[in-house]
Amino acid sequence: MALAEVCGMQDYMLPRRENYLNDEIFKMSLNFTNNAALGIPPMIGAIGTTADFTKDDNGKELKIHFDHGTTTLGFMYKNGIVLAVDSRATGGQFIGSQTMKKIVEINNFLLGTLAGGAADCVYWDRVLAKQCRMYELRNRERISVAAASKLMANMVYNYKGMGLSMGMMLAGWDKRGPQLYYVDSEGTRTPGKIFSVGSGSIYAFGVLDSGYKWDLSDQEAYDLGRRSIYHATHRDSASGGIVRVYHMQETGWVHIDDNDCNDLHYKYLEEKNQV
Amino acid sequence: MSILAYNGGAMLAMKGDGCVSIAADKRYGIQMQTVGTNFQKIFEMGPHLYVGLPGLATDTQTVMEKMRFRKNLYELKENRRISPKVMASLLSNMLYEKRFGPFFVEPIVAGLDPITYEPFICNMDLIGCINKPEEFVVGGTASAQLYGMCESVWEPNLGPEDLFETTSQALMNAFDRDAISGWGAVVYIIEKIR
Repeated sequence: MALAEVCGMQDYMLPRRENYLNDEIFKMSLNFTNNAALGIPPMIGAIGTTADFTKDDNGKELKIHFDHGTTTLGFMYKNGIVLAVDSRATGGQFIGSQTMKKIVEINNFLLGTLAGGAADCVYWDRVLAKQCRMYELRNRERISVAAASKLMANMVYNYKGMGLSMGMMLAGWDKRGPQLYYVDSEGTRTPGKIFSVGSGSIYAFGVLDSGYKWDLSDQEAYDLGRRSIYHATHRDSASGGIVRVYHMQETGWVHIDDNDCNDLHYKYLEEKNQV
Repeated sequence: MSILAYNGGAMLAMKGDGCVSIAADKRYGIQMQTVGTNFQKIFEMGPHLYVGLPGLATDTQTVMEKMRFRKNLYELKENRRISPKVMASLLSNMLYEKRFGPFFVEPIVAGLDPITYEPFICNMDLIGCINKPEEFVVGGTASAQLYGMCESVWEPNLGPEDLFETTSQALMNAFDRDAISGWGAVVYIIEKIR
């Protein structure tokens, strides 16, 4: 078919289209004009059904998930929101990277965390960043976190069941104050005070829930975030590397620090021995 | 997922000049969950003989007990120390007995001959096929990474101190790229005089 097209052959009885190649170029690069439009492979099932994109022709599960193991957390307290994440990227048991940035700085007042498929998260965060900037230019004010999270949730909902894998937190400060949302590729979108996402989240929650108070001081809050991630990296092999801590304040986000989880291990060990 | 990678672990042995090394990590986990960080998988089987059993942790312990039993029988019957070579054959034979329902371990034997003090290293697969290379052997879930490290850092005729450094570096850098190995390590250097 493609060869016939390039040669300029006409379909029987159809009027010859002008500039058929230009049209082709447009169709082949739809993503340039609409970032939320991804190529869809031809449907395999009957008309009206959606093909199963998570299985191959033989019904075998397609293994396309890369960065599935992660620990990320975010919690609100009196002075804003603390986000803390690890930095390990694994493919199965293989460690692909120990220095990944799992907090995306969408703009000065919006941060996103990534867990799940690395490419999925990074791509859709990029699209979201563009949409947020467009909103700002059109409306002369920053987008609310509620609106931004809804944009994200709606974009990925269009691809539900097609193998997208992401669980992200959006943290920001808008007219209504500090806001924290959880959005995932299953279509969930929910505001909340405390979240932890990823394979290590169960371990992080254990530390986070037992140490959490609304009236935490800044230093206490950073340390709680750091400790929670550290304990997750200790037990969960799919999490590790560097613990990164961010703080969302009224004046925008601040990057607090990065700590190697090995250094933290010995630091906490020493503190424990002193008591 | 392979049952050999259920608990995780990395191990290697190297030949040096009149000495051998054997080293392993200390992690004990269940898939991606780390349960313990002080798990023994290298066992002393004589003054100059060590056997490492990377693989499924429950079989590590079972095989160690069975192997120690047979080694003790041998030493009592023969009234002499078992040599690494015989130890390897004994293990190989024991593993092949379970050809159709194997123990999920891939043993590494490292030691010096009790009479000649000649260095000996070997590894085998889970049903006892022995492999005796002249330089190093690796095993466990980080074996691909270990091969890469060993191929690049091993050199012939290393003395005990250099062999220790080489072995440690190879092991540490290998399991830093494996999610289910690490969390501490143990390195044994076996020399004629201890």
